[in-house]
Amino acid sequence: MSFDPVLADIRFGCGLSPTVSSPQSVTQMLENLRGPDLIAAQYPIETFPVFRERVIERTALRRDLKANRGTAKSDDIRQALARNNRAGRKGAVSWLAAHLQRRTRTADGFRERLEFFWGDHFTATGKAGVLQWAGSPYTESAIRPFVSGKFENLLISAATHPLMVHYLDQAVSAGPNSKRAKRKPGQFGLNENLAREILELHTLGVDGPYTQDDVRQLAELLAGLTHSVKEGRKFRKDFAEPGAETVLGVSYGSPNRGFEDIEAALRDLARHPATARHLSTKLAVHFVSDTPDPMLIQAMTAAYRDTDGDLTAVYRAMLTHPSAWAPAPGNIKLPFDYITSACRALDVMPRALRMKEKTMRRRIYTPMQLMGHQWQRPDGPDGLEELDAAWITPQGMAARLQWAIAIPQLLRPKLPDPREFLTTALGPMPPERVAFAAEAAESRADGIGLILASPAFQRR
Amino acid sequence: MNRRAFLRNTLVGCSVAASPLITPISFAGAPTDNRLVVILLRGGMDGLGVVRPHGDPDYIATRGAPDRRALDLDGFFALHPALADLMPLWSAGELSFAHAVSTPYRDKRSHFDGQDLLEAGSVALNQVRDGWMNRMLAHLPGAHLDTAYAIGNDPLPVLSGAVPVKRWSPQADLALSPQAIRLAHLVMEDDPAMAAALTEAFELADSDGDAVAFEGTPREMMSMMAADTRRPRGQTAEVGLAKFAANRLSGASRVASFSINGWDTHARQERNLARALQSLSRVIVTLRDELSPHIWQRTTVVAVTEFGRTARLNGSQGTDHGTGGAMLMAGGALNGGRVITDWPGLAEADLYDRRDLMPTRDVRAHLGWLMRGMFALDRSAIERDIFPGLELGDDPGLLL
Repeated sequence: MSFDPVLADIRFGCGLSPTVSSPQSVTQMLENLRGPDLIAAQYPIETFPVFRERVIERTALRRDLKANRGTAKSDDIRQALARNNRAGRKGAVSWLAAHLQRRTRTADGFRERLEFFWGDHFTATGKAGVLQWAGSPYTESAIRPFVSGKFENLLISAATHPLMVHYLDQAVSAGPNSKRAKRKPGQFGLNENLAREILELHTLGVDGPYTQDDVRQLAELLAGLTHSVKEGRKFRKDFAEPGAETVLGVSYGSPNRGFEDIEAALRDLARHPATARHLSTKLAVHFVSDTPDPMLIQAMTAAYRDTDGDLTAVYRAMLTHPSAWAPAPGNIKLPFDYITSACRALDVMPRALRMKEKTMRRRIYTPMQLMGHQWQRPDGPDGLEELDAAWITPQGMAARLQWAIAIPQLLRPKLPDPREFLTTALGPMPPERVAFAAEAAESRADGIGLILASPAFQRR
Repeated sequence: MNRRAFLRNTLVGCSVAASPLITPISFAGAPTDNRLVVILLRGGMDGLGVVRPHGDPDYIATRGAPDRRALDLDGFFALHPALADLMPLWSAGELSFAHAVSTPYRDKRSHFDGQDLLEAGSVALNQVRDGWMNRMLAHLPGAHLDTAYAIGNDPLPVLSGAVPVKRWSPQADLALSPQAIRLAHLVMEDDPAMAAALTEAFELADSDGDAVAFEGTPREMMSMMAADTRRPRGQTAEVGLAKFAANRLSGASRVASFSINGWDTHARQERNLARALQSLSRVIVTLRDELSPHIWQRTTVVAVTEFGRTARLNGSQGTDHGTGGAMLMAGGALNGGRVITDWPGLAEADLYDRRDLMPTRDVRAHLGWLMRGMFALDRSAIERDIFPGLELGDDPGLLL
């Protein structure tokens, strides 16, 4: 059990492609990852600072609306607000297209998978107005540039990001003894939401060695972390809790409270052994198996601890471990991986993936939702379920089969011959039953659909 | 699926091994013959626009002159004309409303939090991770794997939790040639878990109206499947949900839930509210028509929303997020034909925050009394476990 180019693409990348060759070694995979982000330059996605202009516009319009309530002008302002929201929604459609294009054409599939994994680990979404469409700009700016560096930098980038601060109610959290809370008693107080999720989800894990007191003290330390529409991330001293806070036995909080105090705590949490273990386990479950080899987790955890959380070192430990290359079938692909790997195997042209909103809904959003994943509409801050059982449901299987038979011919009108597609999609050793079905199908669409619906394609 | 709940319950599995939550199939007791359908009205239904207190002295000052098309219910309340098709149910005592009700959610008026609380069934946010319908299932006598269905694309956190529930969206329809069906079974033979799920999917897809096996040309099949994936909006989507619910409830299932969107009527409420109410009306009529009279007599359909809306109209002939609202009940098991309320009045001083209808009863109390009447659940199970922190209070006598 060692490196295999086919498995490298299927298990750790975006699937096999008839036009892009598979990586030839672990070294090459990691060099690609540390190298320039070529595919992002080719299929750009709006960054968050650019997206913020949309939020600035919305905020100004809302202010206008308040000032002009009940006047003739208010209808125009409402229409401008609707336009602002619609432009965001259409933007999100084009960014989904860019994600599809990247995954169809990239030679650096591991990077796409990591962006998705960490974007889900740091799940955040807008709760109203145009901010609902900020999902891709957030991952583009706050996640993607950080996936191969130190975890602490990724943690600081994501957990203090304006979208996360908004999503987990941090913006309204004021220390109980802050100037703000004292000036307006009863109106402002502590909100523990972000602090709890940082400990429970982002770093130590739910079984980690923290108590409710740690949650509260971290929340008091975080008080003041907020965002402004114009500047982005912002620290408000009048929200800050005076005095030091003790989190996991370490005292934080300089007299002149600011980001540095929060970052110091986040760096320590990132380097904590429980974080090393939690993240290594989650990565192994995501990429390798629902029940990963304990030795694999141990090797990854050791690499994490030896390097204070250098993620590339953790990935190297995973990719050079024999159990990472146990023969397929491994995990079932998540709905997005399933759809995008099918597009890649079908070599769908980039322009065919640039769809109008309605078309995108019919071909991608709705089918994916039926498979159990509502794109960029998380059910909660813990993101997507990792275990296979959550995805192998009657509805999920029906939606995948339905998509596999109906949609490929719309994305690529001239479908390949199923007998050839068999090895394009599944590699040189397709299972006998799938080969038989591809041959016996009554139409090309059925043949392609059965290959894509086969366990050999759905699992990695 | 509410994955948070799923994960949490998986992780704490050991500590609750002794709890009935973890072995829902093994309950003693005879399976119930009663059926409960819970419809979530997402967006905040305007209770005052649906069941209109024409008799309130402050109605005209609040909402303007009464619409003549509204249908008189009891001399005080009148029904929105878009629900005209439900009047026969009202006359037959199979339709009721609870008015001036709300969840314990107050003040921030966010859809996001309001729906979370409506589905969690707790007093405050983040108190529990699962949904109240799921906790109810743990107390249901004779519950089994087919007892509860979450229907549609909505993840329905109200049904998520430790007790397994079935999920199916009629939109996930399948239409394949008989040959492709055989081959799909064949390729799945390599993987027992996937094979089992697909076999069940074929059974479900066969039972929801149109057969999976399709004998037409590939072109005809394509257009039919395109029609299925195109169905999320418009009339047929909700009717499809109701038909599938009726199909399941006619078999082994006893509990079903789905949602209807479109209640966030910030502007031009007359048109937008009517549209949403027509969906709701079609759903209820479909359920009644599709269920046999015998089963309809044992069925209660209840529609709840995350909050009501402002008492007064806003500048764009709509209403903004409010507090107190209305809940709708339908079904043969009801002691219906009544608007049940401790009416707070519409005078400005009687409003919540001087803007919203004042809630005078917790909507969970009505839900609690319904499940107590239908499934003979213990008072303590309802007040402590299903709706933690609820005081059931007096019996409103919702059922016959």
